Amino acid sequence: MRYLPLTQDDRSAMLARIGASKIDDLFVDVPEEARLSGPIAGLPLHASEMAVEKHMRRLSKKNLAAADAAFFLGAGAYKHHVPASVDHIIQRGEFLTAYTPYQPEIAQGTLQMLFEFQSQVARLYGCAVANASMYDGSTACWEAVAMAGRVTRRKRVVLSGALHPHYAEVVRTMAKFTEDEIAGASPALEASPDNAGLISRIDDQTSCVVVQYPDILGRIPDLAAIAEAAHSKGALLIAVNTEPVALGAIKSPGELGADIVVGEGQSIGVGLQFGGPYLGLFAVRDPKHVRQMPGRLCGETQDAEGKRGFVLTLSTREQHIRREKATSNICTNSGLCALAFSVHMTLLGEKGLRALAAENHRLACLAADRLAKVPGVSVLNDAFFNEFTLRLGKDARKVVRTLADRGVLAGVSLGRLFPAHDELADCLLVAVTETTTEEDIETLASAFEEVLA
Amino acid sequence: MARYFTDEHEWIDVDGDTATVGITDYAQGQLGDIVFVELPSAGTSLSKGGDAAVVESVKAASDVYAPIDGEVTEGNGALEDDPALVNTASEGDGWFFKMTIGDASQLDGLMDEAGYKAFCDSL
Amino acid sequence: MNAPPKTPNASGWKPGTPVEGHNAMSGPDTATGNRALMLEEPLLFEIGHVEQTGVDLPEPQGGANRLGCFDRAEAIGLPGLSEPETVRHYTRLSRQNYAIDLGLFPLGSCTMKHNPRLNEKVARMPGFADVHPLQPVDTVRGALEVVNELAHWLIELTGMYGVAMSPKAGAHGELCGILCIRAALEARGDAREVILVPESAHGTNPATAAFAGYRIENIPANSDGRVDLDALKSRLGPDVAGVMITNPSTLGLFERDLKEISDAVHAAGGFVYCDGANFNAIVGKVRPGDLGVDAMHINLHKTFSTPHGGGGPGSGPVVLSEALAPFGPLPFTARTKDGVVHLVEEENAAEFDHTQAFGRMTAFHGQMGMFTRALTYILSHGADGLKQVAEDAVLNANYILRSLEDVLDAPFAHSGPCMHEALFSDKGFAEGLSTLDLAKGLIDEGYHPMTMYFPLVVHGAMLVEPTETESKAALDQFIGALRSVAERAVNGDETLKTAPHYAPRRRLDETLAARKPVLAWQEPNPPPGSPSLSEQGGR
Repeated sequence: MRYLPLTQDDRSAMLARIGASKIDDLFVDVPEEARLSGPIAGLPLHASEMAVEKHMRRLSKKNLAAADAAFFLGAGAYKHHVPASVDHIIQRGEFLTAYTPYQPEIAQGTLQMLFEFQSQVARLYGCAVANASMYDGSTACWEAVAMAGRVTRRKRVVLSGALHPHYAEVVRTMAKFTEDEIAGASPALEASPDNAGLISRIDDQTSCVVVQYPDILGRIPDLAAIAEAAHSKGALLIAVNTEPVALGAIKSPGELGADIVVGEGQSIGVGLQFGGPYLGLFAVRDPKHVRQMPGRLCGETQDAEGKRGFVLTLSTREQHIRREKATSNICTNSGLCALAFSVHMTLLGEKGLRALAAENHRLACLAADRLAKVPGVSVLNDAFFNEFTLRLGKDARKVVRTLADRGVLAGVSLGRLFPAHDELADCLLVAVTETTTEEDIETLASAFEEVLA
Repeated sequence: MARYFTDEHEWIDVDGDTATVGITDYAQGQLGDIVFVELPSAGTSLSKGGDAAVVESVKAASDVYAPIDGEVTEGNGALEDDPALVNTASEGDGWFFKMTIGDASQLDGLMDEAGYKAFCDSL
Repeated sequence: MNAPPKTPNASGWKPGTPVEGHNAMSGPDTATGNRALMLEEPLLFEIGHVEQTGVDLPEPQGGANRLGCFDRAEAIGLPGLSEPETVRHYTRLSRQNYAIDLGLFPLGSCTMKHNPRLNEKVARMPGFADVHPLQPVDTVRGALEVVNELAHWLIELTGMYGVAMSPKAGAHGELCGILCIRAALEARGDAREVILVPESAHGTNPATAAFAGYRIENIPANSDGRVDLDALKSRLGPDVAGVMITNPSTLGLFERDLKEISDAVHAAGGFVYCDGANFNAIVGKVRPGDLGVDAMHINLHKTFSTPHGGGGPGSGPVVLSEALAPFGPLPFTARTKDGVVHLVEEENAAEFDHTQAFGRMTAFHGQMGMFTRALTYILSHGADGLKQVAEDAVLNANYILRSLEDVLDAPFAHSGPCMHEALFSDKGFAEGLSTLDLAKGLIDEGYHPMTMYFPLVVHGAMLVEPTETESKAALDQFIGALRSVAERAVNGDETLKTAPHYAPRRRLDETLAARKPVLAWQEPNPPPGSPSLSEQGGR
């Protein structure tokens, strides 16, 4: 087998050194009756590269790749162009096949990269400190809720109705076990988010308010007003961002007073990948909250010769030291996705990020205007960045399926995201990025004109 | 003023109705370089043997227990800026917090300086 | 083919043998601080500029927008580099890392094995890499088949009943398993409070159980280092929700009483969680399901060789017993009799008779990019190859254990053969020298050190896991290096205290890092009159 270097002669010589006569002498502690006598049922024998590749390619071909369609899906995962050099760099064996940097003297590559990544994320989010990543946006969102509980010592959590429903579901799932009290709401189909309604739900027992920015309908909530209301009751504001490219165009959540900013970093460098691995981003505005943060942190220090170097630090928050009193049980995070994000962000730089955001917004405006001209279609949003909600006047899930058969991936229906809410069934979320062409927009518009007529 | 010691390596100085608590020189030696101390805020009520503070070195976090019942009146703010005080002056400027004395009889169960020294020697 | 004889070069030296008096690092200081191929690299923030970019995008047009009044007017402070500068920056950084591709990476409990490149190629096929998680299911049937096919083999390999595929890493999988246990107990109206965990457990175990609302109690070990069966039995009762056991244990031993433990726990109404971090030692040899395990996470980035990437991403599917499977989280895949694979989510769970799910652990369907790699790996190895994986991993570890137990204390060498990892302690080191010193000495020899100071139950623990992807020659060279450093530690060689001497950095001051945390780059005080980086930004 091509991945196993030992020869039969090696194995015999090694068994002799050990003082064993056969390999099963080393498995004596496995009870005889539990030992497998034959191969795993149904699993074929080892196969060549060529054979396995063929099998996997066959499965791959059964999927419609985003690049092969007019593509308008978003809702927490966005199709962006990733420069070729990003994939080249993350495939360097020194990054790809390294472990968590527990031995800093021979892991400065990963550590310096993480320090740069943390700095980039902190600036993007308008925060003081970002960690070295979480699994994804939804788990980062829950970790932020848990952290707010530690900071405020309160258990009442207010979720905005316009938070991604899967994120809300993750929070609700975890809260069942930690006995946090979750006050959720349904999204109201208004042109602007209902800030007053949200603010009225904050009281002096509230640990945190969780607000998505831009929200699940693509609208842009006024975080500053919510932050002020939350702070006046001693609660924290958690801002959730699922489209980091937006922050090249709109104010950062930290700037607007959010205390903890979390989000999904997938848009920058990572790719769609059918939902994972993705990249959880986690930052705090006030450095005094650092010791309540979950996850790994990389910090600057010096070596014995006085040279600058980097180490994982403040580890006493973490499970391998604090065990049952840790801030989180997280261990492995999304290191390689953080590298992809950091490389892509370096290629963009501030100038490129702003240009990318502007191009996304320009095309989204173009699409919104064109699609609003389709009879029966209207745009819900007053404001948006690169994603907005359309009312189709028909069951949007059916429309999506019909269009998929024509090779158009029209968007994410709210019926798929909120299956229990019939009042949302005729709504479609449409995302537009720099990868969308004006021709794609025209394809979608004319497809609507046909199926909605 | 009298100083008492616990078998968890805390010291407590009693001065009238209030007491000052810290960790012993022996304890700081065992912990190594102290990088952070998490102190209870004023008003926290403590019970003997319960968690009162956390002291951290690079690779370890250790709980500091309340030697007696009482209420915290003040944490040592100097430790926030300079946790190394616990290493350099554990039984002086590196004190952790001041507290009221809820039950003076609990002091009777603690060790005096000689008793604590003998205790450490036996470890 | 017979390998040609290895001939030394003219000087008689061949790679891997020491040269008397040779010290590559001695020599004059350089003007740059570089040492030939060892290149110093500044921070991105010191070489980049907010006006520099490595992508070609249209210049933003001013004018009307639909952003409300939330335009980001202030500078962000994100430096950019051109493409050649970017490639060079990260290539230079990469060279300061140790990696499996460079050499043996004996980090115990982490299973750092070779990462086949076919897996990378497959994961990048557009049908896997470029599909959106919320596409209509008819456009992603092949992706769902991958998830389902991998799920099938994970169930077969472990002898379990079901599997939750969505957990994002090992610790996330642990949480999933414990939440299944809690949901199952609550469903029968049984509020239990305690999870029993051996002292040798990974830190994630108690952290996970605490997160799920349980109180943790330790289970003692017997003199063999295994779980003390009698002590465990005597602690079982109506308040115990379950036990978390790592098998093989973190001492590298197979818990031979696991079946009896499981039977006792089940009889007392509890469940058995098995930490599957060390599954590599037994894959294809024994199935946890046959030992009574109710839930076990599988680190795809360990046993199934998805790359660890300098700290993730991982993937932690959890296999479940028939008793726990009904409580597994959404979403998951199900294959119906017609061969079609379905995505089961909140709205159609009832159609698939799965109404007791404890909830949802993550936004989408799990680590697809890891699933494609792991499935490719399983199919490449096949039934015969996977069994050989376990056998070679165990053989390699025992070879190391028996080759070094004369110089290094092996506290459980008497407990029988080890499994996939060999455990040593610092007993016998000269006064003042520690496991840390040995580890740093090993760095100078060109190796990543083993896992240090874990498990906590062994003083100065050193946990060595070679994995099956090392040749005998590579093992012999490693054994020679470790033997030499161990002898220096025993003999009191003071130079170990200042090791490493030849790494890109000497020992780093972790106390300074923790006392005065610097966690993000700050502009140094600029000379008077010059704009700071953030001031250079703007539009």
